[in-house]
Amino acid sequence: MIEISHVNKHYGAFQVLTDCSTTVAKGEVIVVCGPSGSGKSTLIKTVNGLEPFQSGTIMVDGISVGAPSTDMPKLRARVGMVFQNFELFPHMSITENLTIGQIKVLNRSKEEAMATGLKLLDRVGLKAQAAKFPGQLSGGQQQRVAIARALSMNPICMLFDEPTSALDPEMVNEVLDVMVELAHEGMTMMCVTHEMGFARKVANRVIFMDQGHIIEDATKDDFFGTPRGERAQQFLSKILSH
Amino acid sequence: MDYHWNWGIFFVQVQNGDETYLDWLINGFGWTVAVSVSAWIIALSLGSVIGTLRTTTRPWVVMLGNTWVECFRNVPLLVQMLLWFFVVPELLPKDLSMWVKQDMPAKEFITATLCLGLFTSARIAEQVRAGIQSLPRGQHYAGMAMGFTTPQTYRYVLLPMAFRIIIPPLTSEFMSVFKNSSVAFAISVLELTFVSRQMQEDSEQGIETYVAVTALYFLCAFIANRVMSFIDKRTRVPGYVSAK
Repeated sequence: MIEISHVNKHYGAFQVLTDCSTTVAKGEVIVVCGPSGSGKSTLIKTVNGLEPFQSGTIMVDGISVGAPSTDMPKLRARVGMVFQNFELFPHMSITENLTIGQIKVLNRSKEEAMATGLKLLDRVGLKAQAAKFPGQLSGGQQQRVAIARALSMNPICMLFDEPTSALDPEMVNEVLDVMVELAHEGMTMMCVTHEMGFARKVANRVIFMDQGHIIEDATKDDFFGTPRGERAQQFLSKILSH
Repeated sequence: MDYHWNWGIFFVQVQNGDETYLDWLINGFGWTVAVSVSAWIIALSLGSVIGTLRTTTRPWVVMLGNTWVECFRNVPLLVQMLLWFFVVPELLPKDLSMWVKQDMPAKEFITATLCLGLFTSARIAEQVRAGIQSLPRGQHYAGMAMGFTTPQTYRYVLLPMAFRIIIPPLTSEFMSVFKNSSVAFAISVLELTFVSRQMQEDSEQGIETYVAVTALYFLCAFIANRVMSFIDKRTRVPGYVSAK
Protein backbone atom coordinates (compact mmCIF):
# COMPACT_ATOMS: atom_id res chain seq x y z
CA MET A 1 0.00 0.00 0.00
CA ILE A 2 2.74 2.45 1.01
CA GLU A 3 6.29 1.94 -0.24
CA ILE A 4 8.92 4.38 0.93
CA SER A 5 12.31 3.83 -0.66
CA HIS A 6 15.55 5.69 -0.11
CA VAL A 7 13.90 9.00 0.75
CA ASN A 8 16.20 11.91 1.49
CA LYS A 9 15.08 15.35 2.57
CA HIS A 10 17.08 18.35 3.62
CA TYR A 11 16.51 22.02 4.36
CA GLY A 12 19.65 23.61 2.94
CA ALA A 13 22.54 21.82 4.60
CA PHE A 14 20.37 20.32 7.32
CA GLN A 15 19.46 16.71 6.58
CA VAL A 16 16.01 15.87 7.96
CA LEU A 17 15.55 12.42 6.45
CA THR A 18 18.40 10.16 5.40
CA ASP A 19 17.83 7.17 3.15
CA CYS A 20 14.52 6.17 4.73
CA SER A 21 12.92 3.00 3.42
CA THR A 22 9.99 0.97 4.66
CA THR A 23 6.70 -0.45 3.50
CA VAL A 24 3.20 -0.66 4.86
CA ALA A 25 1.16 -3.52 3.47
CA LYS A 26 -2.60 -3.41 3.08
CA GLY A 27 -4.25 -3.89 6.47
CA GLU A 28 -1.03 -3.36 8.39
CA VAL A 29 -0.64 -1.00 11.33
CA ILE A 30 2.80 0.56 11.66
CA VAL A 31 3.84 2.66 14.63
CA VAL A 32 6.64 5.17 14.12
CA CYS A 33 8.39 6.41 17.24
CA GLY A 34 11.55 8.21 18.19
CA PRO A 35 12.82 11.25 20.07
CA SER A 36 11.61 14.69 19.05
CA GLY A 37 13.44 16.04 16.04
CA SER A 38 14.05 12.54 14.74
CA GLY A 39 12.12 13.22 11.54
CA LYS A 40 9.12 11.00 12.21
CA SER A 41 6.53 13.73 11.65
CA THR A 42 8.34 14.84 8.53
CA LEU A 43 8.44 11.26 7.24
CA ILE A 44 4.70 10.78 7.66
CA LYS A 45 4.02 14.11 5.94
CA THR A 46 6.05 13.04 2.92
CA VAL A 47 3.70 10.09 2.42
CA ASN A 48 0.86 12.31 1.20
CA GLY A 49 3.18 14.95 -0.16
CA LEU A 50 2.55 17.65 2.44
CA GLU A 51 6.33 17.80 2.76
CA PRO A 52 8.34 17.53 -0.45
CA PHE A 53 11.51 15.45 -0.53
CA GLN A 54 14.64 15.71 -2.66
CA SER A 55 15.36 12.12 -3.64
CA GLY A 56 13.96 8.63 -3.38
CA THR A 57 10.43 7.52 -4.17
CA ILE A 58 7.21 7.02 -2.27
CA MET A 59 4.44 4.96 -3.83
CA VAL A 60 0.93 5.01 -2.42
CA ASP A 61 -1.36 2.41 -3.97
CA GLY A 62 1.03 2.28 -6.93
CA ILE A 63 1.01 6.05 -7.49
CA SER A 64 4.24 8.00 -7.17
CA VAL A 65 3.98 10.81 -4.61
CA GLY A 66 5.27 14.14 -5.83
CA ALA A 67 5.87 13.01 -9.41
CA PRO A 68 4.99 15.78 -11.87
CA SER A 69 2.36 13.59 -13.52
CA THR A 70 0.60 12.77 -10.24
CA ASP A 71 -2.61 14.58 -9.38
CA MET A 72 -1.68 15.25 -5.76
CA PRO A 73 -5.06 16.58 -4.54
CA LYS A 74 -6.70 13.47 -5.92
CA LEU A 75 -4.17 11.22 -4.21
CA ARG A 76 -4.41 13.13 -0.91
CA ALA A 77 -8.18 12.78 -0.96
CA ARG A 78 -7.66 9.00 -0.77
CA VAL A 79 -5.24 9.19 2.16
CA GLY A 80 -6.75 10.16 5.49
CA MET A 81 -4.64 12.25 7.84
CA VAL A 82 -5.02 13.16 11.51
CA PHE A 83 -2.89 15.90 13.05
CA GLN A 84 -1.44 16.57 16.45
CA ASN A 85 -3.48 19.78 16.85
CA PHE A 86 -6.66 18.33 15.31
CA GLU A 87 -6.85 21.09 12.68
CA LEU A 88 -10.60 21.04 12.39
CA PHE A 89 -11.83 24.05 10.44
CA PRO A 90 -12.84 26.40 13.29
CA HIS A 91 -15.39 28.45 11.34
CA MET A 92 -17.40 25.39 10.31
CA SER A 93 -19.80 23.41 12.46
CA ILE A 94 -18.95 19.79 13.19
CA THR A 95 -21.25 18.58 10.41
CA GLU A 96 -19.75 21.07 7.95
CA ASN A 97 -16.30 19.81 8.87
CA LEU A 98 -17.48 16.29 8.13
CA THR A 99 -19.17 17.09 4.82
CA ILE A 100 -17.11 19.79 3.11
CA GLY A 101 -14.53 17.40 1.68
CA GLN A 102 -17.14 14.94 0.50
CA ILE A 103 -19.09 17.71 -1.24
CA LYS A 104 -16.25 19.76 -2.70
CA VAL A 105 -13.74 17.00 -3.49
CA LEU A 106 -15.75 13.82 -3.97
CA ASN A 107 -18.75 15.67 -5.47
CA ARG A 108 -21.22 13.88 -3.25
CA SER A 109 -24.68 15.37 -2.78
CA LYS A 110 -25.33 17.29 0.42
CA GLU A 111 -27.76 14.63 1.65
CA GLU A 112 -25.35 11.79 0.96
CA ALA A 113 -22.47 13.64 2.61
CA MET A 114 -24.61 14.45 5.63
CA ALA A 115 -25.70 10.82 6.00
CA THR A 116 -22.09 9.59 5.84
CA GLY A 117 -20.92 12.32 8.21
CA LEU A 118 -23.55 11.64 10.84
CA LYS A 119 -22.94 7.90 10.68
CA LEU A 120 -19.24 8.45 11.36
CA LEU A 121 -19.97 10.97 14.08
CA ASP A 122 -22.16 8.38 15.76
CA ARG A 123 -19.38 5.86 15.42
CA VAL A 124 -16.93 8.08 17.34
CA GLY A 125 -19.64 8.68 19.92
CA LEU A 126 -20.32 12.33 19.22
CA LYS A 127 -23.67 12.42 17.49
CA ALA A 128 -25.00 14.86 20.08
CA GLN A 129 -22.33 17.43 19.13
CA ALA A 130 -23.27 17.65 15.44
CA ALA A 131 -24.42 21.27 15.52
CA LYS A 132 -21.55 22.57 17.64
CA PHE A 133 -18.35 24.24 16.52
CA PRO A 134 -14.85 22.83 17.11
CA GLY A 135 -14.05 25.48 19.73
CA GLN A 136 -16.93 24.20 21.84
CA LEU A 137 -15.56 20.66 22.09
CA SER A 138 -12.81 19.22 24.28
CA GLY A 139 -9.51 18.22 22.72
CA GLY A 140 -10.39 14.54 22.79
CA GLN A 141 -13.73 15.20 21.14
CA GLN A 142 -12.11 17.38 18.50
CA GLN A 143 -9.62 14.68 17.68
CA ARG A 144 -12.39 12.09 17.34
CA VAL A 145 -14.19 14.44 14.96
CA ALA A 146 -10.92 14.83 13.05
CA ILE A 147 -10.70 11.05 12.69
CA ALA A 148 -14.32 10.93 11.52
CA ARG A 149 -13.58 13.73 9.06
CA ALA A 150 -10.68 11.78 7.58
CA LEU A 151 -12.83 8.64 7.37
CA SER A 152 -15.62 10.55 5.61
CA MET A 153 -13.46 10.55 2.48
CA ASN A 154 -13.34 6.72 2.44
CA PRO A 155 -9.54 6.64 2.60
CA ILE A 156 -7.50 3.65 1.48
CA CYS A 157 -5.13 4.24 4.40
CA MET A 158 -4.76 6.56 7.37
CA LEU A 159 -1.82 8.62 8.60
CA PHE A 160 -1.72 9.72 12.23
CA ASP A 161 0.77 12.40 13.22
CA GLU A 162 1.05 12.27 17.03
CA PRO A 163 -2.73 12.21 17.46
CA THR A 164 -2.66 12.17 21.26
CA SER A 165 0.34 14.40 22.04
CA ALA A 166 -1.70 17.58 22.42
CA LEU A 167 -4.35 15.98 24.61
CA ASP A 168 -4.87 16.11 28.34
CA PRO A 169 -4.03 12.67 29.77
CA GLU A 170 -7.62 11.77 30.58
CA MET A 171 -8.61 12.25 26.96
CA VAL A 172 -5.93 10.10 25.39
CA ASN A 173 -7.83 6.86 25.73
CA GLU A 174 -11.03 7.99 24.04
CA VAL A 175 -8.95 8.75 20.95
CA LEU A 176 -6.85 5.59 21.17
CA ASP A 177 -10.00 3.49 21.50
CA VAL A 178 -11.25 4.84 18.18
CA MET A 179 -7.88 4.08 16.60
CA VAL A 180 -7.77 0.55 18.01
CA GLU A 181 -11.25 -0.12 16.66
CA LEU A 182 -10.17 1.19 13.28
CA ALA A 183 -7.13 -1.10 13.32
CA HIS A 184 -9.28 -4.11 14.16
CA GLU A 185 -11.48 -3.33 11.18
CA GLY A 186 -8.46 -3.77 8.95
CA MET A 187 -7.61 -0.15 8.12
CA THR A 188 -4.09 0.35 6.86
CA MET A 189 -2.50 2.75 9.31
CA MET A 190 0.79 4.54 9.80
CA CYS A 191 0.92 6.19 13.21
CA VAL A 192 3.53 8.48 14.67
CA THR A 193 2.95 8.06 18.39
CA HIS A 194 4.62 7.45 21.71
CA GLU A 195 1.68 5.42 22.96
CA MET A 196 3.46 2.10 23.38
CA GLY A 197 0.33 0.53 24.84
CA PHE A 198 -1.38 1.22 21.53
CA ALA A 199 1.61 -0.22 19.68
CA ARG A 200 1.52 -3.39 21.77
CA LYS A 201 -2.18 -3.78 21.21
CA VAL A 202 -2.50 -3.33 17.46
CA ALA A 203 0.80 -2.65 15.70
CA ASN A 204 2.20 -5.15 13.24
CA ARG A 205 5.56 -3.42 13.14
CA VAL A 206 7.31 -0.65 15.01
CA ILE A 207 9.74 1.76 13.37
CA PHE A 208 12.22 3.64 15.50
CA MET A 209 13.77 6.79 14.09
CA ASP A 210 16.64 8.93 15.28
CA GLN A 211 18.25 11.94 13.60
CA GLY A 212 16.48 11.32 10.31
CA HIS A 213 17.44 7.65 10.08
CA ILE A 214 15.19 4.64 10.39
CA ILE A 215 17.19 2.71 12.98
CA GLU A 216 14.82 -0.11 13.78
CA ASP A 217 12.07 -1.56 11.64
CA ALA A 218 10.94 -4.65 13.50
CA THR A 219 7.84 -6.67 14.24
CA LYS A 220 6.10 -5.66 17.42
CA ASP A 221 7.32 -8.71 19.31
CA ASP A 222 10.91 -8.24 18.26
CA PHE A 223 10.82 -4.55 19.04
CA PHE A 224 9.45 -4.92 22.54
CA GLY A 225 11.33 -8.15 23.15
CA THR A 226 14.85 -7.31 22.16
CA PRO A 227 15.41 -4.05 20.33
CA ARG A 228 18.69 -4.45 18.54
CA GLY A 229 20.09 -0.96 18.75
CA GLU A 230 21.28 0.72 21.90
CA ARG A 231 19.48 3.98 21.07
CA ALA A 232 16.12 2.25 20.75
CA GLN A 233 16.73 0.51 24.09
CA GLN A 234 17.51 3.80 25.77
CA PHE A 235 14.44 5.43 24.21
CA LEU A 236 12.18 2.58 25.24
CA SER A 237 13.45 2.51 28.79
CA LYS A 238 12.83 6.23 29.06
CA ILE A 239 9.26 6.22 27.81
CA LEU A 240 8.23 2.95 29.43
CA SER A 241 9.66 3.68 32.86
CA HIS A 242 7.13 6.32 33.86
CA MET B 1 -14.24 87.05 19.46
CA ASP B 2 -15.82 89.27 16.91
CA TYR B 3 -17.59 86.67 14.82
CA HIS B 4 -20.99 87.02 13.31
CA TRP B 5 -22.73 83.69 14.02
CA ASN B 6 -25.39 82.55 11.59
CA TRP B 7 -26.53 78.96 11.92
CA GLY B 8 -29.27 79.66 9.44
CA ILE B 9 -26.64 80.01 6.70
CA PHE B 10 -27.31 76.50 5.39
CA PHE B 11 -30.75 77.55 4.18
CA VAL B 12 -29.54 80.74 2.51
CA GLN B 13 -29.17 80.81 -1.26
CA VAL B 14 -25.64 80.81 -2.65
CA GLN B 15 -24.39 84.00 -4.25
CA ASN B 16 -24.71 83.06 -7.91
CA GLY B 17 -27.40 80.44 -8.21
CA ASP B 18 -30.70 79.28 -6.86
CA GLU B 19 -29.42 76.45 -4.62
CA THR B 20 -28.91 76.76 -0.88
CA TYR B 21 -25.62 76.01 0.90
CA LEU B 22 -27.28 72.88 2.25
CA ASP B 23 -27.73 71.68 -1.33
CA TRP B 24 -23.99 72.13 -1.84
CA LEU B 25 -23.19 70.15 1.27
CA ILE B 26 -25.58 67.36 0.36
CA ASN B 27 -24.04 67.19 -3.10
CA GLY B 28 -20.54 67.13 -1.67
CA PHE B 29 -21.54 64.47 0.80
CA GLY B 30 -22.90 62.39 -2.09
CA TRP B 31 -19.60 62.60 -3.98
CA THR B 32 -17.65 61.75 -0.83
CA VAL B 33 -19.75 58.63 -0.33
CA ALA B 34 -19.52 57.74 -4.03
CA VAL B 35 -15.72 58.07 -4.16
CA SER B 36 -15.25 56.25 -0.84
CA VAL B 37 -17.55 53.33 -1.47
CA SER B 38 -16.26 52.77 -5.03
CA ALA B 39 -12.67 53.01 -3.83
CA TRP B 40 -13.44 50.58 -1.01
CA ILE B 41 -14.84 48.02 -3.47
CA ILE B 42 -11.72 48.30 -5.63
CA ALA B 43 -9.46 48.17 -2.57
CA LEU B 44 -11.12 45.19 -0.96
CA SER B 45 -11.21 43.03 -4.09
CA LEU B 46 -7.74 43.93 -5.31
CA GLY B 47 -6.21 43.91 -1.82
CA SER B 48 -7.62 40.46 -1.11
CA VAL B 49 -6.18 39.03 -4.32
CA ILE B 50 -2.76 40.63 -3.85
CA GLY B 51 -2.59 39.79 -0.15
CA THR B 52 -3.41 36.17 -0.97
CA LEU B 53 -0.81 35.99 -3.74
CA ARG B 54 1.83 37.21 -1.30
CA THR B 55 1.37 34.06 0.78
CA THR B 56 1.84 31.63 -2.12
CA THR B 57 5.03 29.68 -2.77
CA ARG B 58 5.90 31.17 -6.16
CA PRO B 59 8.72 33.69 -5.59
CA TRP B 60 7.91 35.90 -8.59
CA VAL B 61 4.25 36.15 -7.62
CA VAL B 62 5.23 37.09 -4.07
CA MET B 63 7.68 39.67 -5.41
CA LEU B 64 5.00 41.18 -7.64
CA GLY B 65 2.69 41.52 -4.64
CA ASN B 66 5.41 43.00 -2.46
CA THR B 67 6.32 45.55 -5.13
CA TRP B 68 2.68 46.58 -5.41
CA VAL B 69 2.40 47.12 -1.69
CA GLU B 70 5.67 49.04 -1.42
CA CYS B 71 4.82 51.35 -4.33
CA PHE B 72 1.43 52.39 -3.00
CA ARG B 73 2.36 52.51 0.65
CA ASN B 74 5.52 54.56 0.40
CA VAL B 75 4.20 57.60 -1.49
CA PRO B 76 1.87 60.14 0.16
CA LEU B 77 -1.75 59.87 -0.95
CA LEU B 78 -1.89 63.53 -1.99
CA VAL B 79 1.13 63.08 -4.25
CA GLN B 80 -0.40 59.92 -5.71
CA MET B 81 -3.60 61.82 -6.43
CA LEU B 82 -1.66 64.49 -8.35
CA LEU B 83 0.41 61.85 -10.16
CA TRP B 84 -2.67 60.01 -11.39
CA PHE B 85 -4.30 63.23 -12.50
CA PHE B 86 -1.43 65.11 -14.11
CA VAL B 87 1.30 62.57 -14.91
CA VAL B 88 -0.29 59.23 -15.73
CA PRO B 89 -2.41 60.55 -18.66
CA GLU B 90 0.79 61.88 -20.27
CA LEU B 91 2.37 58.42 -20.18
CA LEU B 92 -0.50 56.75 -22.05
CA PRO B 93 -0.41 56.04 -25.80
CA LYS B 94 -1.22 59.21 -27.77
CA ASP B 95 -4.86 58.53 -28.69
CA LEU B 96 -5.77 57.22 -25.28
CA SER B 97 -3.97 60.13 -23.66
CA MET B 98 -6.00 62.64 -25.68
CA TRP B 99 -9.23 60.85 -24.84
CA VAL B 100 -8.47 60.76 -21.12
CA LYS B 101 -7.55 64.44 -21.03
CA GLN B 102 -10.45 65.72 -23.13
CA ASP B 103 -13.35 63.32 -23.43
CA MET B 104 -13.32 60.90 -20.52
CA PRO B 105 -16.57 61.33 -18.60
CA ALA B 106 -16.35 62.08 -14.88
CA LYS B 107 -12.59 62.30 -15.22
CA GLU B 108 -11.95 63.67 -11.73
CA PHE B 109 -14.22 61.16 -10.08
CA ILE B 110 -12.69 58.16 -11.87
CA THR B 111 -9.14 59.29 -11.22
CA ALA B 112 -9.77 59.94 -7.54
CA THR B 113 -11.60 56.64 -7.05
CA LEU B 114 -8.89 54.67 -8.82
CA CYS B 115 -6.12 56.42 -6.87
CA LEU B 116 -7.77 55.98 -3.49
CA GLY B 117 -8.76 52.39 -4.36
CA LEU B 118 -5.24 51.35 -5.34
CA PHE B 119 -3.67 53.16 -2.38
CA THR B 120 -6.01 51.40 0.03
CA SER B 121 -5.63 48.05 -1.75
CA ALA B 122 -1.95 48.02 -0.80
CA ARG B 123 -2.84 48.46 2.84
CA ILE B 124 -5.53 45.78 2.70
CA ALA B 125 -3.14 43.42 0.91
CA GLU B 126 -0.79 43.80 3.85
CA GLN B 127 -3.54 42.98 6.34
CA VAL B 128 -4.81 40.01 4.34
CA ARG B 129 -1.27 38.62 4.14
CA ALA B 130 -0.80 39.02 7.88
CA GLY B 131 -4.19 37.42 8.53
CA ILE B 132 -3.41 34.35 6.44
CA GLN B 133 0.06 33.99 7.93
CA SER B 134 -1.29 34.20 11.46
CA LEU B 135 -3.18 30.95 10.94
CA PRO B 136 -1.49 27.76 12.15
CA ARG B 137 0.43 26.00 9.39
CA GLY B 138 -1.56 22.88 10.22
CA GLN B 139 -4.71 24.48 8.79
CA HIS B 140 -3.06 24.64 5.39
CA TYR B 141 -1.90 21.04 5.77
CA ALA B 142 -5.39 19.95 6.83
CA GLY B 143 -6.96 21.55 3.78
CA MET B 144 -4.43 19.95 1.46
CA ALA B 145 -4.80 16.58 3.20
CA MET B 146 -8.56 16.67 2.53
CA GLY B 147 -7.75 16.67 -1.16
CA PHE B 148 -8.41 20.38 -1.68
CA THR B 149 -6.45 22.09 -4.43
CA THR B 150 -4.51 25.17 -3.38
CA PRO B 151 -7.30 27.57 -4.48
CA GLN B 152 -9.86 25.42 -2.62
CA THR B 153 -7.69 25.43 0.50
CA TYR B 154 -7.66 29.23 0.42
CA ARG B 155 -11.35 29.49 -0.41
CA TYR B 156 -12.72 27.09 2.20
CA VAL B 157 -10.08 26.96 4.93
CA LEU B 158 -7.67 29.90 5.07
CA LEU B 159 -9.52 32.99 3.84
CA PRO B 160 -12.72 32.56 5.90
CA MET B 161 -10.64 32.57 9.09
CA ALA B 162 -8.11 35.16 7.90
CA PHE B 163 -10.87 37.68 7.12
CA ARG B 164 -12.50 37.13 10.50
CA ILE B 165 -9.18 37.76 12.21
CA ILE B 166 -8.49 41.00 10.34
CA ILE B 167 -11.90 42.60 10.87
CA PRO B 168 -10.49 45.09 13.44
CA PRO B 169 -7.77 46.51 11.14
CA LEU B 170 -10.18 46.36 8.18
CA THR B 171 -12.59 48.47 10.21
CA SER B 172 -10.06 51.27 10.61
CA GLU B 173 -9.22 50.94 6.93
CA PHE B 174 -12.88 51.30 5.95
CA MET B 175 -13.14 54.40 8.16
CA SER B 176 -9.89 55.76 6.66
CA VAL B 177 -11.26 55.51 3.14
CA PHE B 178 -13.96 58.05 3.96
CA LYS B 179 -11.49 60.35 5.64
CA ASN B 180 -8.84 59.95 2.94
CA SER B 181 -11.37 60.73 0.22
CA SER B 182 -11.02 64.39 1.26
CA VAL B 183 -7.70 64.43 -0.61
CA ALA B 184 -9.71 64.24 -3.84
CA PHE B 185 -10.42 67.96 -3.48
CA ALA B 186 -6.88 68.51 -4.83
CA ILE B 187 -8.02 67.37 -8.28
CA SER B 188 -11.32 69.23 -8.06
CA VAL B 189 -13.70 66.42 -7.26
CA LEU B 190 -16.76 68.24 -5.88
CA GLU B 191 -16.71 66.25 -2.67
CA LEU B 192 -17.30 67.47 0.85
CA THR B 193 -13.93 69.12 1.48
CA PHE B 194 -13.99 70.90 -1.88
CA VAL B 195 -17.52 72.11 -1.29
CA SER B 196 -16.73 73.29 2.22
CA ARG B 197 -13.92 75.51 0.99
CA GLN B 198 -16.27 76.86 -1.65
CA MET B 199 -18.97 77.48 0.93
CA GLN B 200 -16.58 79.16 3.34
CA GLU B 201 -15.46 81.63 0.69
CA ASP B 202 -18.94 82.18 -0.67
CA SER B 203 -20.73 82.60 2.64
CA GLU B 204 -17.92 83.86 4.86
CA GLN B 205 -19.33 81.63 7.62
CA GLY B 206 -16.24 79.45 8.12
CA ILE B 207 -17.04 78.03 11.55
CA GLU B 208 -20.57 76.91 10.69
CA THR B 209 -19.29 75.40 7.46
CA TYR B 210 -16.53 73.35 9.02
CA VAL B 211 -18.62 72.26 11.97
CA ALA B 212 -21.15 70.84 9.51
CA VAL B 213 -18.45 69.18 7.42
CA THR B 214 -16.78 67.71 10.49
CA ALA B 215 -20.09 66.27 11.60
CA LEU B 216 -20.69 64.71 8.19
CA TYR B 217 -17.25 63.05 8.08
CA PHE B 218 -17.77 61.86 11.62
CA LEU B 219 -21.08 60.36 10.60
CA CYS B 220 -19.50 58.50 7.66
CA ALA B 221 -16.72 57.01 9.74
CA PHE B 222 -19.14 56.19 12.53
CA ILE B 223 -21.49 54.33 10.18
CA ALA B 224 -18.53 52.50 8.63
CA ASN B 225 -17.50 51.42 12.11
CA ARG B 226 -21.03 50.21 12.96
CA VAL B 227 -21.32 48.28 9.70
CA MET B 228 -18.06 46.49 10.39
CA SER B 229 -18.93 45.62 13.96
CA PHE B 230 -22.26 44.24 12.73
CA ILE B 231 -20.34 42.01 10.30
CA ASP B 232 -17.97 41.05 13.12
CA LYS B 233 -20.86 39.92 15.28
CA ARG B 234 -22.58 38.04 12.48
CA THR B 235 -19.46 36.10 11.51
CA ARG B 236 -18.17 35.39 15.01
CA VAL B 237 -17.24 31.73 15.43
CA PRO B 238 -18.81 30.06 18.46
CA GLY B 239 -16.21 28.89 20.95
CA TYR B 240 -13.27 30.20 18.95
CA VAL B 241 -10.50 31.71 21.01
CA SER B 242 -8.27 33.81 18.82
CA ALA B 243 -5.23 33.51 21.09
CA LYS B 244 -4.38 29.98 20.12
